[in-house]
Amino acid sequence: MQIYVCVKHVPDSAASITIIDDTGIDKNITFLLNPFDEHAITQATKIRDSKTEEGIPNSEVIAVCLGPDDAQNTLQSALAMGADRGILIQTSENHDSIFTAKALKAAIDQDGTVDLILTGKESIDTEGMQTMFRLGALFDFSVANSIVKLEIEDGHAIVDHELSGGIVNTYQMSLPCVIGAGKGLNTPKYPTFPDIVKARKKIIKKIALADLNIEDSSASMTIVKLEPLQQKRNPVEIKGDAGQIAEQIVQILKQEAKVIS
Amino acid sequence: MKNIGIIIETDIRESDAEELDKSEVKAICFGMITLARQKNCELFAFVFNAEIKDLKSELESFGITNLVNVVLAPEHQNNPAVRAKAMVNAVKDFNIHAVLGLSTPMGKDLLPRAAAQLDAPLVMDCIHVDLENFLAKTSHYSGKAIATIKTAGETLIFGIRPNAVEPVMAQASARILKFDGTDLVATKLKVIKTGKNDKSANINLAEADIIIAGGRGMQNSENFNLISKCAERLNAALGASRVAVDEGWVPYSMQVGQTGEKVSPKVYIACGISGSIQHFAGMKTSRMIIAINRDENAAIMSNCDYYAKSDVLKIIPRLTELLKNG
Ligand SMILES: Cc1cc2nc3c(=O)[nH]c(=O)nc-3n(C[C@H](O)[C@H](O)[C@H](O)COP(=O)(O)OP(=O)(O)OC[C@H]3O[C@@H](n4cnc5c(N)ncnc54)[C@H](O)[C@@H]3O)c2cc1C
Ligand SMILES: Nc1ncnc2c1ncn2[C@@H]1O[C@H](COP(=O)(O)O)[C@@H](O)[C@H]1O
Repeated sequence: MQIYVCVKHVPDSAASITIIDDTGIDKNITFLLNPFDEHAITQATKIRDSKTEEGIPNSEVIAVCLGPDDAQNTLQSALAMGADRGILIQTSENHDSIFTAKALKAAIDQDGTVDLILTGKESIDTEGMQTMFRLGALFDFSVANSIVKLEIEDGHAIVDHELSGGIVNTYQMSLPCVIGAGKGLNTPKYPTFPDIVKARKKIIKKIALADLNIEDSSASMTIVKLEPLQQKRNPVEIKGDAGQIAEQIVQILKQEAKVIS
Repeated sequence: MKNIGIIIETDIRESDAEELDKSEVKAICFGMITLARQKNCELFAFVFNAEIKDLKSELESFGITNLVNVVLAPEHQNNPAVRAKAMVNAVKDFNIHAVLGLSTPMGKDLLPRAAAQLDAPLVMDCIHVDLENFLAKTSHYSGKAIATIKTAGETLIFGIRPNAVEPVMAQASARILKFDGTDLVATKLKVIKTGKNDKSANINLAEADIIIAGGRGMQNSENFNLISKCAERLNAALGASRVAVDEGWVPYSMQVGQTGEKVSPKVYIACGISGSIQHFAGMKTSRMIIAINRDENAAIMSNCDYYAKSDVLKIIPRLTELLKNG
């Protein structure tokens, strides 16, 4: 089974962001593998290594990333977590999800035959929530996102899609398909030192974006402005003993917030 | 004249034994309709297999001029791929220029499916949309920045963050229309089980007006019952920090933050939560934040509207008591 996992190179969520030139950020901060994509990689390696009745022998997990040269580090993390090899589509620009999906599709097509594509449910930098659906439309595969359980059975993927409040729907999808990993899917397997060393011997294929000949589409999404989220809160202390504090909270909820009567 | 489509979500309101259960428009839809209203525009509200007569007057009072019932075959109405196909076809049939839906679990599934099929631009989790200039504002970098995004395309799609816009009424009268999608099927994706939307279960985080959330300061799962009782009295939803989830005190579906739910309630009450960057990423846009924490140096204390430096385990039971009596 040929499993492609799309991994994005994103700023560490703990890093502070400095906006430059109105639409970009200072990239001199730590970047890492998008947290949801860790679940996707972990699941792909689980499927590869599972010894089920049907057996899914000769499976290969390939991590694919559209990103700058530095994104090699993110692919290296994916390899350390168990992916067999990586593909970096090199670009120095930021692309919208419409273009990104096309680039990922072209690179995957060029590489081999797909049985399954895994992504994260959302990237934590641009928070687009859509690349998996666009990939599915381009390949004409079915798609499910926010998946918390995935099993491969008789040429199908059986998945649990988590809606809110723990409500779950189960789908049967024919393979190949595209699946977006939610947090509940698994516990990411963080690499040990030997894993990291072993990963250095794995291959990362580099493709220049221009070589994929992707046509620009008339539909696009462009960031025209980026601004820090204003924090205008002026905290006011609620004082007193427990009873007095509780009473004041009730008053605030009634009179100021007007959420109770 | 431009046609704007709005995806309406509905709830079932249970009535007395004599009456039938009624559908009603979810309250979070009205802010989105308010945002969609423009000069020289027709507003098309799309509902799926709904009882139109229950919804009409409510939608009219917010300015809906066309009410389209999208009718799907009953055996396919829960299939997300079928719903998306119906939406794509309806958008074309009614010549819709821009579609607004909510960034709820339903919207997060339906809107990107439709955008992908239409090859249309899509911005999710918008806190504002300017339909005249095709601009949308949304959160980037885990809520640390707000991006203004210019969209270009034949059809534009926007997912609106619930509670981001204050609803304002505007009376109109609506034509009733129908989109027949009963012949639509999806062969590659089959629904084999649907989880029931149990009304007695936790109120949906993304939709709630009030959220009470607990963190490590709650210390164990039993103490979460304290806030759960309080939440019941307030008609509030229950939230949690990642620590509370990782400790196994509450299920993951309650997690608020960068890797959990993103919420904008009217009031967010943080109980024993320190206010990490990743937690803030999910609740920053709350209208009012009230923090209860023992440590006045916790990050949340300097980034909220009200704070009480106190033991949350003492405050919450008192609050619950007051709510019972008052
Ligand atoms: C990639 C990534 C993603 C993450 N995503 C999320 C996310 O989505 N959501 C999230 O919440 N976190 C997330 N985190 C974790 C985040 O960094 C913090 O670790 C977490 O939010 C802390 O939870 P907390 O505030 O409950 O615990 P703590 O930081 O330990 O704070 C507990 C607070 O409770 C107070 N307290 C203790 N006892 C009492 C008492 N009796 N009365 C009153 N106050 C008391 C303490 O003073 C303290 O301020 C993420 C981290 C990473 C690296
Ligand atoms: N530049 C990229 N390279 C590789 N994968 C990506 C890229 N952008 C998005 N993805 C994948 O698509 C998922 C959803 O991204 P988004 O639509 O931006 O929320 C991510 O979790 C990744 O798996």
